Amino acid sequence: MKVKVLTRNPDIYLRETKKDIHKLPRNYDPSLHPFEAPREYTKALNSVKLERVFAKPFIGNLDGHRDGISCIAKQSHALSILASGDYCGELRVWDLPQRKCKWKIQAHDGFLRGLTFCNDNERFISVGQDKTIKIWSADEQYCKVPEEPLSVILSSTVITGISHHQKEPKFATCGDVCQIWEESRAEPLKVMEWGVDSLQHVAFNPIESHILASCASDRSIILYDTREAGPIRKIVTKMRTNQLSWNPMEAFIFSGANEDYNVYSYDTRNLSMPVNIHEDHVSAVTSIDYAPTGREFVTGSYDKSVRIFEVHKGHSREIYHTKRMQHVTNVCWTLDNKYIVSASDEMNIRLWKARASEKLGVLRPREKAALEYADTLKQRFAEFPQIKRIARHRQVPRHIYHEQQQLRASKQKISRKEANRRAHSKPGTVPFVPARKKVVINEAS
Amino acid sequence: MSRYFDVTLDEPLENVSSEVPSSKKPLSARKKRSQNRRQIRDERRNVNKLVETVKKEPRKRPLDEKRVQFYSRGEGLQDTKHIKNAYYRSKFENKEKKFEWATHQSTRAELLLTEEQGFLVAERGERTSNIKQTELSNTIDITSATKHFNLDLQFGTYRANFTRNGRHLIIGGRKGHVASFDWVTKRLHCEMNVMEEVFDVQWLHVETMFAVAQKKWLYIYDNNGIEIHCLKKINKPLKLEFLPYHFLLTSSSEEGYLTWLDVSIGSIVSQFNAKLGRISIMTQNPYNAVLCTGHPKGIVAMWSPNSKEPVAKMLCHRSALSAVAVDPSGLYMATGCVDHTMNIWDIRNLDGPLKKYKLHSPVTDLAFSQKSFLGVGLGNVVEVYKNCCTTAVKYPYMRHRLHSHIGNIQFCPFEDVLGIGHDDGYTSVLIPGSGEPNIDAFESNPFQTKKQRQEGEVKALLEKIQPEFISLDPFEMIEVNVPSLKEKIEARNALQQLKPQKIDFTPRRKKRRMNEAAVKQIVRAENKKEFVRQIKNSLTKEENVDTKTETETSSSVLDRFKPKRPKQKR
Repeated sequence: MKVKVLTRNPDIYLRETKKDIHKLPRNYDPSLHPFEAPREYTKALNSVKLERVFAKPFIGNLDGHRDGISCIAKQSHALSILASGDYCGELRVWDLPQRKCKWKIQAHDGFLRGLTFCNDNERFISVGQDKTIKIWSADEQYCKVPEEPLSVILSSTVITGISHHQKEPKFATCGDVCQIWEESRAEPLKVMEWGVDSLQHVAFNPIESHILASCASDRSIILYDTREAGPIRKIVTKMRTNQLSWNPMEAFIFSGANEDYNVYSYDTRNLSMPVNIHEDHVSAVTSIDYAPTGREFVTGSYDKSVRIFEVHKGHSREIYHTKRMQHVTNVCWTLDNKYIVSASDEMNIRLWKARASEKLGVLRPREKAALEYADTLKQRFAEFPQIKRIARHRQVPRHIYHEQQQLRASKQKISRKEANRRAHSKPGTVPFVPARKKVVINEAS
Repeated sequence: MSRYFDVTLDEPLENVSSEVPSSKKPLSARKKRSQNRRQIRDERRNVNKLVETVKKEPRKRPLDEKRVQFYSRGEGLQDTKHIKNAYYRSKFENKEKKFEWATHQSTRAELLLTEEQGFLVAERGERTSNIKQTELSNTIDITSATKHFNLDLQFGTYRANFTRNGRHLIIGGRKGHVASFDWVTKRLHCEMNVMEEVFDVQWLHVETMFAVAQKKWLYIYDNNGIEIHCLKKINKPLKLEFLPYHFLLTSSSEEGYLTWLDVSIGSIVSQFNAKLGRISIMTQNPYNAVLCTGHPKGIVAMWSPNSKEPVAKMLCHRSALSAVAVDPSGLYMATGCVDHTMNIWDIRNLDGPLKKYKLHSPVTDLAFSQKSFLGVGLGNVVEVYKNCCTTAVKYPYMRHRLHSHIGNIQFCPFEDVLGIGHDDGYTSVLIPGSGEPNIDAFESNPFQTKKQRQEGEVKALLEKIQPEFISLDPFEMIEVNVPSLKEKIEARNALQQLKPQKIDFTPRRKKRRMNEAAVKQIVRAENKKEFVRQIKNSLTKEENVDTKTETETSSSVLDRFKPKRPKQKR
């Protein structure tokens, strides 16, 4: 007779000392793990609930400006540095982790219109309503208050915006015309104009660094090339574009924050219609900035909210708002892809997490694994109605809620009317026009 | 240790040198060159050969296809060519690769399993069923031998129940004796007499609580024997089952009621009369948490808390059932009958028994082990069958005779032990090979500490499956409901192609004559509008109506006063 009976040696299953970790043998036999599907569903439901529980995106605010903030600029070499300018011409440099103002200076008389760091990050440039361009030196730690700007350039025209070249010591300003400057010269290198327009924003392409785009108050977006004599292309949209931002990963994509509550993403290779329409704001979108990954962008709006959009999706994935935040004038996404900075009319700069429920700080390996597992489960069960409902539910302020309802009603009304018109006309006379084709009115090159 | 070094060298080490043997004659320059070239060529060839051999060698150990199948979660998407969009095609292909990788990894992880299954092989010409427990316990080690023991108790027919990790045991005698203990160390947790008839005992999710079905009501005690709850809503319970992943304590009653009690929140999830009389045979299907009840008419009914009708009902025997058991993988069900027969059924396919067995006496109780050994209680004999679901076995694997009648039998999880509660107490019997050798500490761990138990309890509570998900197929919820989706689309299309009935009429003549054609047109347009409106309403109401028809099943004489449902023309 041969016999073997199961005997477990406790030494194999129990830890030797109290300081050891517990021994946890695994066996992946499916019959030992029943109810895989409903258990994973329950886990997914729990993790999506926890995600909403932990969604506390607001980190803190930087206060100190004595007027509404007109512009902010991020530094590409130091994550902790942020510069901001306000309506009364004050310029401040902030230390983001400390949430303190490093120094301040009265830079311009009146409105400080634009701020940008130079490509080598040793200087930064501000432009103001007083038709001056001031170049400031920035020491390593931004500890010293510069008494005088390095140089002051007096411009003949009003300047409303500025953007620096990614690689060369050149910058572009906009106002009545678009001008390309070199840092060392007092006269513009080039003046580019297309008809009579006043431009409110200009942005250099970070990859194709000779290309820049500006948006004009005659509802147009104009593309320039610094190597050419004049502007290259122009599109006229239904409403004015307030700001635009280039995708830092795809050189040919840029998105414009439009006055008609939407954000339009364009492909420079085909400007006849936008590649995507991002809608959700209930008032004019005033500012936009891409995440360094190029997969998402953040927008600030006149409706007192900040929204985060995914590039390929038509609706926002997140809305940030507080009780006291007023019209958002500027937003930027920090270069570590973790934080969002928003500046608003009521003199505050706010710091947000880019992913609302993310845990800040270092994650331990088990914690990380658990979060990754939860993310996978959420993805897997994303389309289940209960999970979908929880994941997309956001509490919005009352004014936004009502505005949304009104907008929905008006959209329904328009579509109903069109359908009625179609139903009562000769077939083919009222064609179906996709929304994307209605955006661009005129295209010129 | 020496065996690692006793390599015999044919030659002394001094002879093995890397020096090139010096040639006697100096070579000419040309010859030298050609020799060099040859050498280089040969070396290159050798290198090439080496590369080839490296390439040919399998990089990983090949896997046994059967084991891979065992861990696989189903076939998956076989043909992706019909997906037109390249993006989605590659997405699905990558997903499939991930699934395959996971399956392979879990197959490879078998290498890490530490324990092996027990076995019993008889001498040539003998049968394992003739081997007695005393013989067995004399041959095996002392620790295993202590697992065969006998408790002589006087309080009537006993029922025994193991915890899910197989560490603790509770026994309940018909005459009121209840005791819980760690059966491996024989440490007693509590012992008491409830001074009432005890019908069944059942551990809850942890070893600190157990439920006892007493004469009138269901009671819950903690491990010190202190009564925590008396559930008067559960009247005259007969059998108890605990669904660990749903935290549901289920009971069947004298009066034919089935009850699902959520022990995590203390509320009754569902309670109804099964309308099949007294339910004294009840077991759970561990694969899908559906309850299986056996009835005197030879019927097995399967119940979920979500419907008052059985989700499945089958006639298993010609005469009264005496026991039902379900395999832990949820594939097989064994039913025992008073007419000495036992049938094995494929649960997923309920037509006809897979195997029929004729036994020498009526079946009292049935139990499956983790390795699908079937224990059969026959009066005062317990027989254990091996592989009886897939092959027709003639002789039992093991047999044990007692001096008294059996109350119930249960295999201990993760041990080669069968617990038998009987008239004279409790007997623990060794059945080599019946238990799962390798534990998964994340599911149930016999060696868990108090802290681990507490943490596990919290985790398990967070993962509690809602009772709505109890159905015959637990994976149903993650599958696309293809046929009904098709039906829905077809029904919708059919509705859209309907046309309003034509109205043929002559308008009444009025004093002020109106254009007849215009009147007709108006009436027809109205008719059409009304028709469209009806269709729209029916489209929106369809789902609600479906759910209503499911719930409204009872017919009553007063039904005639209800408003009639409008007939739908299709």
